[in-house]
Amino acid sequence: MANVPADLKYAKSHEWVRVAGDEGTVGITDHAQHELTDVVFIELPEPGRKLKAGESCSVVESVKTASDIYSPVSGEVTAINKPVVDNPSLVNTDPYGNGWFFKIKLSNASELTALLGPEQYRAQITGA
Amino acid sequence: MKKATVGFPTDTSQKYYWFPFPKSMSMRERVCLNRPRLLNMKRTPLFAAHQKLGGKLIEFGGWEMPVQYTSIMDEHLTVRKAAGLFDISHMGEISISGTGAEAFLNQTHTNDIRKLAPGQGQYTLMCNERGWVIDDLYAYRLGLEDFLLIINASRIEPDVAWLEQHRASFPNQAGLIVQNVSDATGAVAVQGPRVAEFIDKCFPGPSIDGTAVAQARDLKKNQAGVWLCEGAKVWLARTGYTGEDGFEIVAPAGAIETVWNKVLETGQPHGLKPAGLGARDTLRTEVCYPLYGHELDENTTPIEAGLVFFVALDKGDFFGRSVLAEQKAKGTVKKLVAFRMTDKSAPPRPHYAIWSAGPNPAKIGEVVSGTQSPSLGFGIGLGYVPPEFAKPQTAIEIEIRGRRAAGLVVPKPIYRKAD
Repeated sequence: MANVPADLKYAKSHEWVRVAGDEGTVGITDHAQHELTDVVFIELPEPGRKLKAGESCSVVESVKTASDIYSPVSGEVTAINKPVVDNPSLVNTDPYGNGWFFKIKLSNASELTALLGPEQYRAQITGA
Repeated sequence: MKKATVGFPTDTSQKYYWFPFPKSMSMRERVCLNRPRLLNMKRTPLFAAHQKLGGKLIEFGGWEMPVQYTSIMDEHLTVRKAAGLFDISHMGEISISGTGAEAFLNQTHTNDIRKLAPGQGQYTLMCNERGWVIDDLYAYRLGLEDFLLIINASRIEPDVAWLEQHRASFPNQAGLIVQNVSDATGAVAVQGPRVAEFIDKCFPGPSIDGTAVAQARDLKKNQAGVWLCEGAKVWLARTGYTGEDGFEIVAPAGAIETVWNKVLETGQPHGLKPAGLGARDTLRTEVCYPLYGHELDENTTPIEAGLVFFVALDKGDFFGRSVLAEQKAKGTVKKLVAFRMTDKSAPPRPHYAIWSAGPNPAKIGEVVSGTQSPSLGFGIGLGYVPPEFAKPQTAIEIEIRGRRAAGLVVPKPIYRKAD
């Protein structure tokens, strides 16, 4: 049963965002890493890059496939997680903690209401 | 950012998306990709076994097959260190027997079938008149005029059509029997350094047909023999597609589940695990074995693919012979190379462009197979380049999502077991 923390918001495309003030931390969900299995490479957006909600901003590669990652919110990338680039398996072992991808300064906090809450996301991944 | 490519080992028209779905993909496609039955997939007799083991089922060449059970990396490393069991029942089998079988096979294949004693197999290719590959396969002589071909799942129809077409014009073909027995036949592959520890427990005693051996582990490479498995005649062949020791086991479709369960049960204490198509592809890529639809297709010759060893130009005439003889003598326009990534980068994938390195870089070819190597920890692949770039140690670049990453042509096989 995938882990779906209660304090996060979720995109249908399996990214999560943790919001503190006007800063969000973004990663991919436990369900997503479980589907991907062994992550071998991660490409992250450059700090300073401006993203729109739903924009493709990162690539996660497993042994067999490459997958686009879409930013759940609009804003400017303020930091990226270098340890996850050096050690991609963190995405599999700790998707909500040390496996985070990037931090983003939200430009439009009202977008958060359009994201899924934990119950809705859980319903999506079990109902699918 | 350039759209990421996604891919999976299969003929090049297939793609498998794990997640997320491209926004352009329709609802029906997304549902179908997660529910293969809606696309009328075929299932092997081991489908229930895969479900029971929690195999992740995907579409492969029209079949609903397990890509993995735990993870591709785990299954791959298990095959290299202990043993893995693969369902290969989706592959095709063609029986060729009767008067003229040997001559017919020698005319339609590149290798010399006359070399085979009963109970022996060889890797060979079917080419058309232009020397282009219709399929690569294993041919076994079961008896004096009795042969079995093990062919790619994705090529069953073209192979059968090709053989039927030429059988019709083959002289004295009244006694020649060509039968597609794919639906009646199942197969599994058990591969890994520890297989020899338990294969005799699984199939005890001497062979009852084929190569005469006192026990299964005495079969030498490419030798095959028959054992009984709960009354069914089962062929064991000392061969495989992983670069490890092991056997491919061919049995009547009705008996293959018994064989699977027997091997799994006997092998588990020796570290045997089920392994899916994902690991099968990473294993064969590491040792540079070709996969039809990638290294081989109907616009590629065995000479271009580096398979001249399996083309017996001296055996007499066969389809494609004159083209292949000329290519062997004069060289080819493209050559298959193995390469590795030299800097930390995303793994190479099929269809990525290959560029020359140096002061005037240019696009010189294309990747046909690529992955992150589970055994080696860096990106590896195979691709076609002009012969002047084919020497090992030639620097190349692989274009990955609009940027080029450094690579190096390396000798085959890319992965070699330490002695």
